[in-house]
Amino acid sequence: MPPVSRGVVHGWLRHDKKFPHVWCPGCGLGVLLGSLVRAMITLGLDKNNVALVAGIGCTGRLPVYVDVGSVHATHGRALTFATGVKLAKPELAVITVMGDGDATAIGGNHLIHAARRNMDLTAIIVNNQNYGMTGGQYSPTTPLGARASTATYGNIEPPLDISALCMAAGAGFVARSTVYHVTQLDDLLAQAISHRGFGVVEVLSPCHTNFGRQNKLGSQIDMMRAFKEQAVRVERWAKLDGARRAGRFPIGVLARRDEDTTYLEAYGAMVERAMAQGREGQS
Amino acid sequence: MSKQKPELLQGNEAIARGALAAGCRFFAGYPITPASEISEILGRRLPARGAAFIQMEDEIASLGACIGASLAGAKAMTATSGPGFSLMQENLGWACITETPLVLVNVMRAGPSTGMPTNPAQGDVQQARWGTHGDHPAIVLCPASVAQCFELTVRAFNLAERLRTPVIVLADEVVAHLREKVSLPAEDELEIIERRKPSVPPDWYVPFKTDGGLIPHLADLGDGYRYHVTGLVHDERGFPTRRPDEVEPFFRRLFGKIRRNFGELEQVLPMALDDAEVVLIAYGCTARAAQAAVRQARAAGMKLGLLQIVGLWPFPRRAVEKAVLGRRAVLVPELNMGQLSREVKRVAAGRARVVHHGRMDGQVITPDEILNRIREFF
Ligand SMILES: Cc1ncc(C[n+]2csc(CCOP(=O)(O)OP(=O)(O)O)c2C)c(N)n1
Ligand code: SF4
Repeated sequence: MPPVSRGVVHGWLRHDKKFPHVWCPGCGLGVLLGSLVRAMITLGLDKNNVALVAGIGCTGRLPVYVDVGSVHATHGRALTFATGVKLAKPELAVITVMGDGDATAIGGNHLIHAARRNMDLTAIIVNNQNYGMTGGQYSPTTPLGARASTATYGNIEPPLDISALCMAAGAGFVARSTVYHVTQLDDLLAQAISHRGFGVVEVLSPCHTNFGRQNKLGSQIDMMRAFKEQAVRVERWAKLDGARRAGRFPIGVLARRDEDTTYLEAYGAMVERAMAQGREGQS
Repeated sequence: MSKQKPELLQGNEAIARGALAAGCRFFAGYPITPASEISEILGRRLPARGAAFIQMEDEIASLGACIGASLAGAKAMTATSGPGFSLMQENLGWACITETPLVLVNVMRAGPSTGMPTNPAQGDVQQARWGTHGDHPAIVLCPASVAQCFELTVRAFNLAERLRTPVIVLADEVVAHLREKVSLPAEDELEIIERRKPSVPPDWYVPFKTDGGLIPHLADLGDGYRYHVTGLVHDERGFPTRRPDEVEPFFRRLFGKIRRNFGELEQVLPMALDDAEVVLIAYGCTARAAQAAVRQARAAGMKLGLLQIVGLWPFPRRAVEKAVLGRRAVLVPELNMGQLSREVKRVAAGRARVVHHGRMDGQVITPDEILNRIREFF
């Protein structure tokens, strides 16, 4: 795929929104913003046919910068708003962007059920291992023992594997990447968006101001370097034994089923059955 | 208005039929007694019209989905009861601040919490007004009959689309499960209002900038007008703002569009009020008992009148003031500890004797009970 030029990306950003953005300098969310825009451009999407829906949190602020129909919903509920948009206007590409707290704590139930239904949506879940916007409290993805502003003595709750949860719940496309692996991220986002049915990309991103500082992980550069060292392409991951997997995680396409019936396909078939039965006139 | 042939209908059925007549194209809900029949009927009839029906994982999701559908241009509705209504409150506030039209039906049952699921109560009067956080206007309509279930659901959609705001239909268990013979108006005879879309080209479009009408012409998602919708207080372009000179006018407009339409929103039904010495003020199922009490009192020579409240919020203070001043007493019968009577007292401001008659045992208030109570005033 030919690279997308900066000028073209620029054309998809909102310049009447008072830039600079709200994020800390060096936050991974800026990288994701660029990656998402490049993915949409690469897919040849029409700006008028995209709805970008987010919840609340640092991640939730992303849609405001993109020149498409954008919705900043309530905390945890982006997938529910998106479900309504998609059902009402199936021709739109509906993409949700959520933080790990947003998607798996307060919105965990919606994530499970959107995946189970194989709802025709894309879910981009930014995993920065804590609640960024509210000041670095522990989230469902905070590692055991890590410090957070509500885990002064170290986190005692085992972390959730977002991708594994989505696979178990039935998502037809699940991928993981990091904001260090930008080229791969561009590609995975494009694959998830073009996937029929529910497509998930878990994106690891450094929150150096909160999680990094509390756990002495160094600067955002150091945290990026750690992603580089810990991430293993899924093809190679399969060949690693248990000992060599410790402290590392697989990136790439973790699950892909293209044959599944999507929610909208099932709904369309139901409409045909309902119309054939002529149930319209009866209450 | 031409009518269709008479039918025996249940309140919940009439609500579903009203929604279809008003052009509802989207329903998302989660089962709860005594509102489930609305979902069951629309789950049958919306797909058969090629429209959308979905049973979501909970009530928060249900209202979220309605909001999304409405932003994409569909007339959307959900239906629930008290516990589900509580779960919807945050998203309800989101719909208020973003001016997203939708209809939310709350069929009240006895609470708090799971209370008495199949017993009637009217305990959500104040929740319907103040349930969500922050300052916001509310439009709440209260049906007292099966015919009104239909009529007010249509009206709720029309108000939601015209004023760009969520509208609540506050029914109760008795009315929702009541079966009555009704002749619904023919669908082509109904006035159905569609939301106004922007007419300017996308380049000129400023989504929340309004003309003298106070109501923004919001484009549907995917209509070529790419704008931002947020639950944060926003400027005219839809972007978050905390500038006092933008925040204050925003809230004034939000309240102003309801206030300016107060004359139309103030909906009451007077019965034998002109010469009444004692007046009843009632809504929902209690208004039915009150109607019977008025008829029986009049037959016995007692000058009893009734003001039935149909448009509950914004509170019809002008009509209530007129109805209460100069009477011997005002009795407010309701199935709660005084949620409406306190509002009547506020309007009467000590200028009339306002007496609350409440019942909280899961039983309805009967005409006899009202008659016994009003004897002390004659
Ligand atoms: C119902 C509700 N509860 C709590 C909050 C407060 N809140 C705002 S952002 C946030 C956490 C966001 O964390 P996450 O989703 O991980 O995103 P991040 O900021 O890390 O990108 C919380 C708890 C809220 N806005 N709404
Ligand atoms: S708090 Fe963390 S997630 Fe939020 S902008 Fe700053 S670095 Fe990014």
